[in-house]
Amino acid sequence: MPIRIEHLSYIYGEGTSFEKKALDDISLEIGDGEFIGLIGHTGSGKSTLIQHLNGLNKASSGRILVDGEDIRSEGYSLKKLRGKVGLVFQYPEYQLFEAEVLKDVCFGPHNQGLSDEEVLARAKEALAAVGLDESYYEKSPFDLSGGQKRRVAIAGILAMKPKVLVLDEPTAGMDPKGRDEILALLKELHESQNITVILVSHSMEDVAGCVSRIIVLDEGKILYDDAPSGVFRHARELEKVGLAAPQMTYVMQALLKDGWDVNADASTVPQARDEILRVLNKG
Amino acid sequence: MRKKNRNIIEGQGITYNYLHYDEDGKVDSAQLALDHVDLDVEAGQFIAILGHNGSGKSTLAKQINALLLPGEGTLYVDGNDTRDESKLWEIRQCAGMVFQNPDNQIIASVVEEDVGFGPENMGVPTKQIWERAERALRAVDMWKYRGSSPNRLSGGQKQRVAIAGVIAMLPKCIVLDEPTAMLDPGGRKEVIETVRELNRKEGITVILITHYMEEVIHADRVIVMDSAKVVMTGTPREIFSQVEKLRELRLGVPQVTELAWELKKAGLPLPDGILTIEEFTKALDRVRGRSGAEA
Amino acid sequence: MLKDITLGQYYPGTSIIHRLDPRVKLVGTLVFIISLFAFGSISAYIVATAVLVIVIRISEVPPKFMLKGLRAIFVLMLITALFNLFLTPGTVLVRFWKLTITQEGLRMAIHMAFRLSYLIIGSSVMTLTTTPNQLTDGLETGLRGLKKIHFPVHEVAMMMSIALRFIPILMDETDKIIRAQEARGADFDSGGIIKKAKALVPLLVPLFVAAFRRANDLAMAMEARGYHGGEGRTKMKPLVYKTRDYVSYLLFVLYLIVMFLTRKYIKIDFPL
Repeated sequence: MPIRIEHLSYIYGEGTSFEKKALDDISLEIGDGEFIGLIGHTGSGKSTLIQHLNGLNKASSGRILVDGEDIRSEGYSLKKLRGKVGLVFQYPEYQLFEAEVLKDVCFGPHNQGLSDEEVLARAKEALAAVGLDESYYEKSPFDLSGGQKRRVAIAGILAMKPKVLVLDEPTAGMDPKGRDEILALLKELHESQNITVILVSHSMEDVAGCVSRIIVLDEGKILYDDAPSGVFRHARELEKVGLAAPQMTYVMQALLKDGWDVNADASTVPQARDEILRVLNKG
Repeated sequence: MRKKNRNIIEGQGITYNYLHYDEDGKVDSAQLALDHVDLDVEAGQFIAILGHNGSGKSTLAKQINALLLPGEGTLYVDGNDTRDESKLWEIRQCAGMVFQNPDNQIIASVVEEDVGFGPENMGVPTKQIWERAERALRAVDMWKYRGSSPNRLSGGQKQRVAIAGVIAMLPKCIVLDEPTAMLDPGGRKEVIETVRELNRKEGITVILITHYMEEVIHADRVIVMDSAKVVMTGTPREIFSQVEKLRELRLGVPQVTELAWELKKAGLPLPDGILTIEEFTKALDRVRGRSGAEA
Repeated sequence: MLKDITLGQYYPGTSIIHRLDPRVKLVGTLVFIISLFAFGSISAYIVATAVLVIVIRISEVPPKFMLKGLRAIFVLMLITALFNLFLTPGTVLVRFWKLTITQEGLRMAIHMAFRLSYLIIGSSVMTLTTTPNQLTDGLETGLRGLKKIHFPVHEVAMMMSIALRFIPILMDETDKIIRAQEARGADFDSGGIIKKAKALVPLLVPLFVAAFRRANDLAMAMEARGYHGGEGRTKMKPLVYKTRDYVSYLLFVLYLIVMFLTRKYIKIDFPL
């Protein structure tokens, strides 16, 4: 289910003293089964952009085609769209409200108008997919740890069976292991459920290990749209917009400067290790 | 310039339980958050505390500010027992605290008024409040935003205002509880640089609690906590030499440290506990020199 | 919609209006509002409009921003106007179907529309140019006398200023929660009253949870910075009257005199 964004612009607070161009002529194509990292500093427009994909914001100009259909055309059902594109917000606290985990996950599919059995089946399936077993069904979401809350929040969206899963900074504020676990979960969902994943983040280290394409936003414009290695080559430019390349990129560039004959595209620890060993063994 | 020999914080056997009460107001269950923790901090040091979520590190931070009191054991801050109620305000003035969420600790609607909040509480005369606010805002490089609304600032700027609010109370020590957890890389850098500068230039003792391994490599000492106990303590190099142990504790190491460790595992003669890119490339150059000589 | 509410927001600036003593602004707003109700005539509204325009000009707050506050209470104004229009007995002006418009009704409707919108704009001028802290300082000092009867003046003032500071943050949060639940297919708009009330649960629970957490965090942050009530507290910005403040009080008196004189000598009333 491809998504096409054509010349999308969004002006925030139009006609007020806070008027700001949050998105400026964005054109993008997102293919089936991609795993994309959407990067930008706070206020770069990345959250605004993903809310458009879900029909939560109305573009000032331009359009978005999902499966070839304009999501703002007359008669297009937003309900249908939200069954196709799922959006997980940054803080699970913004969406958890039921007294029990299972019930909370049922909220999405229930709103889709499915039968009670279907709702329950989907909720259980989604909880299993995020690694929460039956013992969690009746727990209160408010008693869970930060990582578990995030899993419940993701399950709440997965239960709506979207083809595209968009996550807004799912690892913010977590400890290193918790970050790794959530990222591993996303990788697994991407592979086993065959869904497109768009991961919004400001951490290059986080995305370097899992995505195949990175889109960098700055001031509402697309700065880069390329494979990770292609984006990380611009380490200095990334710093100028409040971001940074992964530490491995800097290591490889430092080696290159020291006269090492390495390919500086390595951006994760295993890649860097293999590249250094390759060069050393060759020498 | 400053005396380095005195301990500003002296804690022994600090134990703390979070108590849950049942409907009758009786203690239902107790959750051990600190288990006989010892903590000595020399004045002027930069201390980092690591630990996964729920390891007890935030609880320890709140002890230093006397927001929580030891159930067992003792904690002295600048010579004052935190359980001595008559010293409460002295302790809070001496050990300032910065929290994770910038929005939940800025009280006033204008930057300068927020910085003045602490001194106002201390009963500082008006003229001095202004002098302190100016000095504090200049120290964190936020002077030009003194008239702004906090809602218009970036996350990193808000945290710098929060730090200024503490500095205006002229503390000897600042405790920062995950001050960068909600910030982007740019904001994180701003805050950490500000804190390091305060430590170096003003000689303020810093206790930084964080999840980001890269932020602790400049610390004088690192303390690692796990399930309510201090499990490791040492210089960053000593701590980060133990990659496997840190992993067991749900923590990581800086990526460059991990790379060096991985290469060592693959047979390269690299030293343990490499912390910076520069150290790494130098060490690797030596390896090449050696293998080059062999060839 | 939520962002349209300007009442209680501060618009940073350095104009003379911004720098006036908050007590002056409080009294001024009060005088202005009372004058609207005491002198209801076209000539009085002309004078009030002139004063308002001049004050807004001096304050350097964009007028657009002031008028936005009106949009938020537009419905309320409309209802009030309609009630007055149709339900005031008197000389019938127009009659159609079961509704009658009377001369008195029309007049009342126009008066109410003027008064309400001027009341909102007038108070907006005050809140937009005064930081919530100054505002509560003003109230605190102004109401100091009540301390004698054990009224917790400082505490109430502190509560007010914190509430004002967190209004924009909570609104922003509400907006985000609405979006997060809409993304899960929540529908806040359709259905009857009961369905609508039920639909609010997914919004209210996260909002309360978040608000309580904020309150808890904030209480801790305040304590950590040595807050222990009003006792022994000094002020960073103590309220001291300056020349401009005395001049302002003089201007208020002048304003009232002008209002009196216009009523007496050049009163223009509605031609009804």
